[in-house]
Amino acid sequence: MTHDHDHGEGHGHVHETSAGASNRVKALVADLERAGMMTEAELDAVIETFLVHAQPANGARAIARAWLDDGFRARLLADGNAALAEIGIDLTHWSPVTLRVVANEPARHNVIVCTLCSCYPLALLGPSPTWYKSAAYRSRVVRDPRSVLAEFGTTVDADVEIVVWDSTAEVRYLVLPQRPSGTEGAPEAELAALVTRNGMIGTALV
Amino acid sequence: MTGIDPLRDALTEAHMSRIHDLGGAHGFGPLKIESDEPPFHHEWEARVFAINRLLLRARCYTLDEFRDAVERMPPVEYLAASYYEKWLHGIETLVREKGLTDVRDR
Repeated sequence: MTHDHDHGEGHGHVHETSAGASNRVKALVADLERAGMMTEAELDAVIETFLVHAQPANGARAIARAWLDDGFRARLLADGNAALAEIGIDLTHWSPVTLRVVANEPARHNVIVCTLCSCYPLALLGPSPTWYKSAAYRSRVVRDPRSVLAEFGTTVDADVEIVVWDSTAEVRYLVLPQRPSGTEGAPEAELAALVTRNGMIGTALV
Repeated sequence: MTGIDPLRDALTEAHMSRIHDLGGAHGFGPLKIESDEPPFHHEWEARVFAINRLLLRARCYTLDEFRDAVERMPPVEYLAASYYEKWLHGIETLVREKGLTDVRDR
């Protein structure tokens, strides 16, 4: 890890920790290769495929479509997996999960978390940010979401309910933000460009 | 402030069976939000991700077994470890327990 992180008592300096992990990975790969279980080329291919195909642009495209097409929006909210398959996004590539899309409304704002580990709709949002996987976010967002949102500079009016969805191994969530005002007539690509990753997590407004 | 206090708080939360069950725990301090964060901070993190994918795909272990192996980490180590250090620990644990790289008599 390169970010500053308090290791508490008895733990090595951050750079030593990372170097130690790097050496452990090298040893592990060597053992796995020797056992005929994988090759360097296979590892590289997995990483490349992941970085190319797991992108927040996928989620943004789905959101923009939902803003433009009420039928798609209804299908997305009813059965996320099926609706995404319509636009060529296979959610099960990275893990066999059910996607539940939760819509922000004038009186309700949604936020997603995984308190137990870090479940996240990778295919739609790309690699998850470190803060999403941190103890600070996982522990506090379910207890005091407004204070967490404030750290992102996000303020949700006091009379708007905040609903926090705790992901599981089987069910992942995606926030459908409200369509920004003043975007009438905008084409899908232009709308998709307005949709941010954090907007689909719920830590930002769109 | 992270360190020993959140650990004590987490361990004294009556509902907690294992350290990974962090929802509602106190004392982990402010978030560290990194702007324009790269997908992986080190090459070894990307490799850990890929090793896990390949071992899961080969059905060497299940996703539930992997999660369990991470969650069995000693609490102090769990809280001190970065995300991919936890993954590495989980993979190493399963490789060892299942003898995945042992020389086989064939």
